[in-house]
Amino acid sequence: MDNQPLIHIKPKKGLQLIDFRELKQYRDLLYFLVARDIKVKYKQTVLGGLWAIIQPFFMMVVFTLFFGKLAKIPSDGIPYPIFNFTAMIAWTYFSGAINGSSNSIVGAGSLIAKVYFPRILIPIVPVVAGLLDFTIAFIVLIGMMLYYHLYPSLLVLILPALILLMMLISSGIGMVLAALSAKYRDIRYTIPFLVQLWMFATPIVYPASMIPEKYRIIYALNPMTGVIEGFRSAILGKVAFPTEMVMISTFISIVLFLIGLIYFKQVERYFADVI
Amino acid sequence: MTTPIIRVEKISKLYHIGQREQMNKTFREAIIESISAPVRNFRNLWNLTRFDPSGENTHDIVDTIWALRDISFDVQSGQVIGIIGSNGAGKSTLLKILSRITEPTSGEACLYGRISSLLEVGTGFHPELTGRENIYLNGSFLGMKRAEINRKFDEIVAFAEVDKFIDTPVKKYSSGMYVRLAFAVAAHLEPEILIVDEVLAVGDTQFQNKCLGKMEEVGKTGRTILFVSHNMAAVSKLCDTAILLDSGRIVHSGDTRDVINAYVQRGESVKVSHRDLRDAPRYHDSCEKIITWISLHRSDKSETTSFLTGEDIIIRIGYLLDHPLSAYCQMNILNYMGDRVIVVHSEHSSTPMNISDEGYIECSIPDNHLLSGDYSIMIDFGKLFPSKQWLDCIPKAVSFSVDIGNYLGGLEWINSQGHGTLAQKSSWTVIKEKSSSRLK
Repeated sequence: MDNQPLIHIKPKKGLQLIDFRELKQYRDLLYFLVARDIKVKYKQTVLGGLWAIIQPFFMMVVFTLFFGKLAKIPSDGIPYPIFNFTAMIAWTYFSGAINGSSNSIVGAGSLIAKVYFPRILIPIVPVVAGLLDFTIAFIVLIGMMLYYHLYPSLLVLILPALILLMMLISSGIGMVLAALSAKYRDIRYTIPFLVQLWMFATPIVYPASMIPEKYRIIYALNPMTGVIEGFRSAILGKVAFPTEMVMISTFISIVLFLIGLIYFKQVERYFADVI
Repeated sequence: MTTPIIRVEKISKLYHIGQREQMNKTFREAIIESISAPVRNFRNLWNLTRFDPSGENTHDIVDTIWALRDISFDVQSGQVIGIIGSNGAGKSTLLKILSRITEPTSGEACLYGRISSLLEVGTGFHPELTGRENIYLNGSFLGMKRAEINRKFDEIVAFAEVDKFIDTPVKKYSSGMYVRLAFAVAAHLEPEILIVDEVLAVGDTQFQNKCLGKMEEVGKTGRTILFVSHNMAAVSKLCDTAILLDSGRIVHSGDTRDVINAYVQRGESVKVSHRDLRDAPRYHDSCEKIITWISLHRSDKSETTSFLTGEDIIIRIGYLLDHPLSAYCQMNILNYMGDRVIVVHSEHSSTPMNISDEGYIECSIPDNHLLSGDYSIMIDFGKLFPSKQWLDCIPKAVSFSVDIGNYLGGLEWINSQGHGTLAQKSSWTVIKEKSSSRLK
């Protein structure tokens, strides 16, 4: 009787697809890795969970001072602080996930060299772990909403979808950066800087309505544009929902995710040899 | 015919040595390189038309090394197979390929069971997390589900003997506790195939014995184990069969004792009856190079490298001194495993050895009792006056072999690999007596 081998080892050729059954087998590992990242981060800090709030909050204070008050940037009729803060918590999640992912493979070098598990989990961990900080900051946002008497429209139900979109973008870009960083070590150091620049290309300190009509489509090619504006619209209920932007964003996010996935799967076989 | 649980067919692994340099390439360099690729390719083509004896223009060709070459073997379910070889032979690479950490360049392997690989002790351990948290993390890396870890948690903690500290961060553990905990998790895996790489090299003797014991237990439950180790004693104890790797190829396989013997033979110095020791490796850098040569003789003083059990072994050690000494000399005869089995010391003979300038010391060992096998000699040399001081030591001066011949009346199959080290003549008698006369 000829059994099918449980594991068949041979040089991989051609396009690699995700083995969903395997990922399901390793879902406990994903849980423990996420738990590890979160615990380690908090155990090593004095303020612990407060960091999730401090960073976006103080950024908001600084931006309100310089962009809101001094430069008098418009904010779609919403009080500037909350206008900015809503965007900041999403952006903090995004930049955290991207930075985490791009360092993830290099950081997990000793694991990759010593034990087998689906490598795709590594850049996904920061994308999942970041949700905790996001949730904590979100609670502060709710506090601010009460303070400003701003209540969400029914559109708030679309929030989970927007969060999912945010995760798709982060993981797609994260996977590409993680794989590239394994091979080209200098990339990791340029990421924080590039993310900073990207922030200004996203409607965080200014509204998208400030961009002239004719450039708005190009502007919307930045997938985070749709996410941020969608966020603000859904949560604060003051501006119309930017359906078009969100559509473009969704499309681009899915493409980014697929590119990231395919690239990562192609390159992962070389990780153990390169790190 | 049963299907083997592991089937390895012509697995080869090629490494680009230049890869290390390429790896640290920066993105900027990569971009410049891809832009200049057409230029480089053209240059390479052009070079093919010209003969370049200096090899200067071959800097684009990266050095390669075959870490493994056409490795093929089968493992039956329930076998405990040892993989031995000197450093760089390819053992770890083979394990990495079977553990799916790296890909083979060619060839394939089929595994008909779940594997757990133990290539390192404490994979994934994070110093900030507690013992408890690390057990779960490490366990899930090794392939255990959360429910399984829950079930075995108490056993694991008991095996590691860290009950009191289970909720303290691992960074506070002693290295012994750390290693015990890490191994405890691995010891409770229940894979069908277990791959273990030299993890017994860590920890104290007591711990190593515990680990060996556990592995023996696992072997007895019918699991298949692939075991890589430099510890020949462990390999011969645990493994039924073994594979010897050398420079990426299998050079010997089969019965563990035969394979270990083949391994030892390869590392053995060529058996010459007279050996120049002036440049022989010393035990310690501070050794004075007093001993110059060694030779082995029979009782009729003819040079030889093989003896029969029962024969006299005569050893001559040449010396060169710049000042006279009242010397002592100790020699140990070591077996094929490197264990010391016999010691002889010049202080046994009552006359002191006063030596000067150049000459040789002769030591005669009458009627040797060694079993058939390969042996080597370690020389320890020192002075007695004004105080006893050790001066020179050569760990492996010369090798020789012994054949039991007729010493035990024709039992030639008794040898030093498995039957002990020494042969002893004995006399036996049978006395007929009723037990009732004894029991009073």
